[in-house]
Amino acid sequence: MAYSEKVIDHYNNPRNIGTLDKEEKNVGTGLVGAPECGDVMRLQIQVNEENGIIEDAKFKTFGCGSAIASSSLATEWLKGKTINEAMEIDNMDIVEELALPPVKIHCSVLAEDAIKTAINDYRTKQGLEEIA
Amino acid sequence: MLSFPIYLDNNATTPMDPRVLEAMLPFFNSKFGNAASRNHSFGWTAEEAVDYAREQVANLINASSKEIIFTSGATESDNLAVKGVFEMYAQKGNHIITVNTEHKAILDSCKHIEKMGGEVTYLEPNEDGLIDIENLEAAITPKTILISIMYGNNEIGVVQPIEEISAIARKHNILFHTDATQAVGKIPVDVMAQNIDLMSFTAHKMYGPKGVGALYVRRKSPRVKVTSQIDGGGHERGMRSGTLNVPGIVGFGKACEICMNEMDEEAKRLSAMRDRLESELLKIEEAYVNGNVEHRLPHVANISFKHVEGEGLMMGIKDLAVSSGSACTSASLEPSYVLKNLGLDDDLAHSSLRFGLGRFTTDEEIDFAIGHVRTAVEKLRDMSPLWEMYKEGIDLTTVEWQEH
Repeated sequence: MAYSEKVIDHYNNPRNIGTLDKEEKNVGTGLVGAPECGDVMRLQIQVNEENGIIEDAKFKTFGCGSAIASSSLATEWLKGKTINEAMEIDNMDIVEELALPPVKIHCSVLAEDAIKTAINDYRTKQGLEEIA
Repeated sequence: MLSFPIYLDNNATTPMDPRVLEAMLPFFNSKFGNAASRNHSFGWTAEEAVDYAREQVANLINASSKEIIFTSGATESDNLAVKGVFEMYAQKGNHIITVNTEHKAILDSCKHIEKMGGEVTYLEPNEDGLIDIENLEAAITPKTILISIMYGNNEIGVVQPIEEISAIARKHNILFHTDATQAVGKIPVDVMAQNIDLMSFTAHKMYGPKGVGALYVRRKSPRVKVTSQIDGGGHERGMRSGTLNVPGIVGFGKACEICMNEMDEEAKRLSAMRDRLESELLKIEEAYVNGNVEHRLPHVANISFKHVEGEGLMMGIKDLAVSSGSACTSASLEPSYVLKNLGLDDDLAHSSLRFGLGRFTTDEEIDFAIGHVRTAVEKLRDMSPLWEMYKEGIDLTTVEWQEH
């Protein structure tokens, strides 16, 4: 199967690989997927507690090129967004941007889940309710 | 000079040897006759060429030319062997024994048999891929008519104890079929000495053309028969109808002749290269060989690189054409059933690469492959959360994963 140019670009030049201190109160971590399924994504956000803007985002992914590209793209999109704006990111936006074929849609679903899990981790730390 | 991508997937198919192509060419144009045309020279020329090729094929496996049934490939041969024996020997019994790491052509034929009222035992191999002879014998019932066990495995290259299996089959008066697709032409295969009753193999895994294969069917002690699965003009002693693929068969014959002459030297050269590739790649931290390394085809290496996903890894080694046990492209996300059936954890199965060396593989290509794989594994581990957790000393089996 041929990968789209955008997937290849993210794979070759992944944006924002790395690790944030998950113990920090203003860092939210989302770890989704399972090794048995061949996909594990960890997405982290660092939030400005005063204005709710995501100042930094990092990822690490175990998975195929589409999974790596989906999480790399997610970190790019997250930076500068507010928590509320970030909740609006839909997996189909990722599918469209990366031109993912149907068999790779689950990669985008995983990325959306990682975003939501990271946000809720942050909210829990802040004493806020989780949002679905 | 290296030319990219480098082909290291010779278990999937091999490039044609130029000598094979040369032998085939006349049979596409000037010598186009139908081998079954008995009344003119076009037919006679084709028939002679087929007879000659049949000898070449038979010689490679120490069979008689009359025991070679030409088919469209090993999948058809496997179907003919399993279904053909099941139908032909229905009076004697309905039970077949095979192994759960066989090729799908065998496993799916067996499933078909089960739908037709047959019974199938799927043996589980040991962790190294070899079957346990005692388990085989214990699975035999009075209704067992066929044991079908692969010669050399396509994914891990493990070579089964063929003589021991055939001895058990003989002892219990049961037919023995082996899918020898990956073995014939690579290592010595002798149907007489090894008491093989039926054997599938194909041209395109031994530098011949695609679309032509054979089923060896023993004619003496015992005389074996299979019910044809393709009916028509009664070609191939009534076991496989259809106009013979003359150019393909000529190429198959030539490919067998070349293997016969060059196999010993080639096997030595390939196993030396494979061993070098493997030992260099095993220097990478947390890299493991899958399958038994002593009883193995000379040209195959299957290696898992822990905490790196196979498909992602393949994208990182785009200058190499290899294959992965990971199946992220399928809706099920199921990794290789062969590796899983060895008892390999799913995450290791997802992390595997299969290297298949071949006649045209060079030392220079192996050097390149070693460096290329190493760089890609390092790059992917840098972005793998599993690798980071492993390095922090976290036991990944205790993590609560959110499966999808």
